[in-house]
Amino acid sequence: MLSALPSIVGFVRPDIDWHAVAPELTLLGVGAVVTLLDIVLLERGRAYTSALAGIGLLVALIPIVTLAADGTTREMFGGAFVVDDFALILKAMFIVVAYIVVLLSTNYVAEGDYWENEYYGLMLSAVMGMVLMASARDLVTIFVALELLSIPAYLLAAWRKADPKSNEAGLKYYLMGVFASAIMLYGMSLLFGLAGDTRLSVISDAVSGGNANPVVILAIIFVIVGFAFKVSGFPFHMWAPDTYEGAPTPVTAFLAVASKAAGFVALMQLVYAGFPGRDDVYQPLLWILAVGSMTAGNLIALRQENIVRLMAYSGVSQAGFMLAPLAVAGDIGGEALSAVIIYVLIYAAMNLGAFAVIIAVARRTASGEIRSYAGLFKYAPGMTILMTIFLFSLAGIPPLGGWFAKFAVFRAVVEADTGWGYSLAAIAAVNSVIALFYYAKVARMMWFEDVPEEADTSSLRVPPSLVAALSLTAAATLLFGIYPAAITHFTEGTLIALPY
Amino acid sequence: MGEFLNDWGLSIPTFLPIIGAAVMLLIPKDREQLHKLIALATTVVVAVFGLLLLIQFIDNDNYGALNFVVDKGWIDVIDSRYIMGVDGISLPLMLLTMLIVPLCVIYSWNHFPEPHNPKAFLMLLLILETGMIGTFAAQDLILFFVFFEVVLLPMYFMIGVWGGENRRYAAIKFFLFTLFGSALMLVSFLALYFLADASTFDMRLLPEAAAGIAKSSQVWVFGGMFLGFGIKVPMFPFHTWLPDAHTEAPTVGSVILAAVLLKLGTYGFVRIAIPILPEAAAEWAPFIGLLAVIGIIYGALGCLAQRDLKRLVAFSSVAHMGFVMLGIATLTDFGINAAVFGMVAHGLITGMLFFLAGSVKERYHTLDMSRLGGLLVQAPRMGWILGFCAMASLGLPGLAGFWGEFPAILASYNPAAVLAEETFRSYMVIAALGTVLAAGYLLWMLQKTAFGTPREEFANDPHVHDATVSEYMAWAPLIILILVLGVYPHLLFGATDPAVVNSLSECLDSSTSGACFDAAAGK
Repeated sequence: MLSALPSIVGFVRPDIDWHAVAPELTLLGVGAVVTLLDIVLLERGRAYTSALAGIGLLVALIPIVTLAADGTTREMFGGAFVVDDFALILKAMFIVVAYIVVLLSTNYVAEGDYWENEYYGLMLSAVMGMVLMASARDLVTIFVALELLSIPAYLLAAWRKADPKSNEAGLKYYLMGVFASAIMLYGMSLLFGLAGDTRLSVISDAVSGGNANPVVILAIIFVIVGFAFKVSGFPFHMWAPDTYEGAPTPVTAFLAVASKAAGFVALMQLVYAGFPGRDDVYQPLLWILAVGSMTAGNLIALRQENIVRLMAYSGVSQAGFMLAPLAVAGDIGGEALSAVIIYVLIYAAMNLGAFAVIIAVARRTASGEIRSYAGLFKYAPGMTILMTIFLFSLAGIPPLGGWFAKFAVFRAVVEADTGWGYSLAAIAAVNSVIALFYYAKVARMMWFEDVPEEADTSSLRVPPSLVAALSLTAAATLLFGIYPAAITHFTEGTLIALPY
Repeated sequence: MGEFLNDWGLSIPTFLPIIGAAVMLLIPKDREQLHKLIALATTVVVAVFGLLLLIQFIDNDNYGALNFVVDKGWIDVIDSRYIMGVDGISLPLMLLTMLIVPLCVIYSWNHFPEPHNPKAFLMLLLILETGMIGTFAAQDLILFFVFFEVVLLPMYFMIGVWGGENRRYAAIKFFLFTLFGSALMLVSFLALYFLADASTFDMRLLPEAAAGIAKSSQVWVFGGMFLGFGIKVPMFPFHTWLPDAHTEAPTVGSVILAAVLLKLGTYGFVRIAIPILPEAAAEWAPFIGLLAVIGIIYGALGCLAQRDLKRLVAFSSVAHMGFVMLGIATLTDFGINAAVFGMVAHGLITGMLFFLAGSVKERYHTLDMSRLGGLLVQAPRMGWILGFCAMASLGLPGLAGFWGEFPAILASYNPAAVLAEETFRSYMVIAALGTVLAAGYLLWMLQKTAFGTPREEFANDPHVHDATVSEYMAWAPLIILILVLGVYPHLLFGATDPAVVNSLSECLDSSTSGACFDAAAGK
């Protein structure tokens, strides 16, 4: 009976390369086990969930390593799902980032008495969306991956149910996210109409060069703007500060790093695989987005009093830096891709580190105000030094990792050797100075100010999972800065991965 | 030994301080004596390395070329390499750094500024030393940039944590100004990389590779470097961070700032901007010269308006660095030799003056010159040392300061052939007036602080005593060097001249410059 089914519906199961989808399947399996554990063990299972989620993520790294060792590019579903060096490095990054977020969440979720199994289950599902995104070369796959990572994130943002701020965070994120999806979907439908196919490679031919149809321009703008929401680029960043502030801090770290990186992955695929011939459209658009994000994000960040809101606006500005190489992508080709990946990787390490410190300090001060960091150096010198490393790395001061990220961006835009490129370099240079001001503001609080009278100044107790997260991120931040070849070693390979 | 020094002679002293800092990180904060010993031992070992390098350098007898060259892969994907090396220009500055830092440790031995914490203070000092030595040794633009920036953070914290009343403002101002310059400098380095014939950051190859860059682009690229180095020097009108930073910084911070950090800017001009982009330098030189003489006069007038001793010394730095920049702007080997001498002399003399200002502050708890007076009565030895340094600073022949200023003025009588003689001769006249003003403010300062009788409020103050042992130990080497270099300047000129001639004369020697610039213009 079943064997007759294909002939009736005309469906032949496409070949599935199980090795290539192993990371996604592992995540799916672990996510399912985490959810089932709750049903089987009930309360007794709570203690194991975070460890299980963490181990599951590390297991998902194994097929990525074997795929990388294998080295061949694998395509499935007519080129809609591709596993190449580009995809692998980003998949690995998503999984490592998620692992660190699990480390950040362990005590936060357990001590806050929030639902644990659902938390990790949803997080694993979001990670699966991100890992899928890295391989998606097709509009539908991109969209499915995007929703797979977004919908759990909407829920996670509202995890602190009793707090209206968290509800606000989830609702705002949800409404803006859906709005962005709608715009993007409209752009995608136009692209599909023009090309008659959802695969980026086919779309690339249909929209390139000779096609003077104004609808092409509209479609490209809509799709890119949709992802500008996701990466919190100006002027589509409005959701970020409120969502970041209201969401549980580990979720904020997850949104600020992994979710943003997923948006950039999609943008890179669209720019390089989708519209490589239309740099006349996407370059000016991305130039405006980049300049707007870095400038507006910085200027608003200057006035923030809350550390998480500060990180939100600094994230907007950092997104501007990440967009900058894409704004000259047509002129320099793969170098821009490499610059964005370098930036995303280093940004992940230093930003997660900063959030780890924020979580550790909030355990004591129970406050997000920058003022609560006053005199931290007096009673938590280790935490202060780590936070200083992360903040000045974000500001791009050598020899901390951030300098090489900024350097890669400068290198890309200067290499373009155009007026657009040089002006972007000059604006980025000025912005990196403005950014220093607010990062230094936090450093100043920690180092230069006196401890408030009423503050508890016994030394800070940091749980082991946070110590692990801090050590990993700090080691990566320093290593990438002092020996950048540690990161370029991986990104070099991606140069050839996407067609351009 | 020679073999070992050739391979490791630069890398070890560069990174030893940071290893010392790492060791200190692991030791609890309350073991202060141990921290001081580790810091002292590290810096002294570095200084000994400096001495060995000097001996080997003299032995190699090749002052004009790079010695102790190390060339290893670092960031292959951007063609940036770990290239270290020193020649007659960088070695004196590097040795100055290696000398000043242990003296700073000795000086602060028993009086760490509030809020005390020797562990953190000395760790920052050691990180600073790594950055400074590395900057003078780096022969790759990106490596140079990294070391150039490494000094920012420790100095920021040094001013911000251990500084005076207004330290927060001064610290962030220092940081923002410098970072602004260095961000644009980095863009210039990158432009150089992409525009030059060979894609390289190697400073040894760039002068040749950059010759083919169109002149209009050269002028822009030089502009970016000018901002980066000019802010660091600091040149008028970018100097405003300096008086604030100096006034607020703790004594040791001021000394390091004056003795070494300012030199990173002028060194950048001599080592990078001018040899690589000589044509653009010729375009910019009259403008740089103008800013230099404005700096000389403005700095001197600024000094005359100060009530605060430390602020006065800070403004005098602006004026002295003006002389250095004037020497550089002449684009002659004579002028640039004078500039390098001026850098070392200013480092020794102004470093000393800041040490003295710090000691005065410690005794009187004020630097307001209207309340000071009679230092010669209350602490005669310190008073005489102050007098000695003031004389050196105003350029008295026979002391080191003279050989920085006088040849710079002389060089501007006869600038490189491509530059307008009239312009530079008028600069010369203005600069000469500046020396008169310098004598004016320094003697006035001496009169206010050292002469006369002590004010009533301090007359019987037990805090006011003469120089202590640690102060003598910290000051003696500097005083001796000021005297020795003043009497026998060839010690330094002998080393710098071949290097300057080697790196600059091809294009800039007044006798041959015509050919070089014509050839470039004809392209």
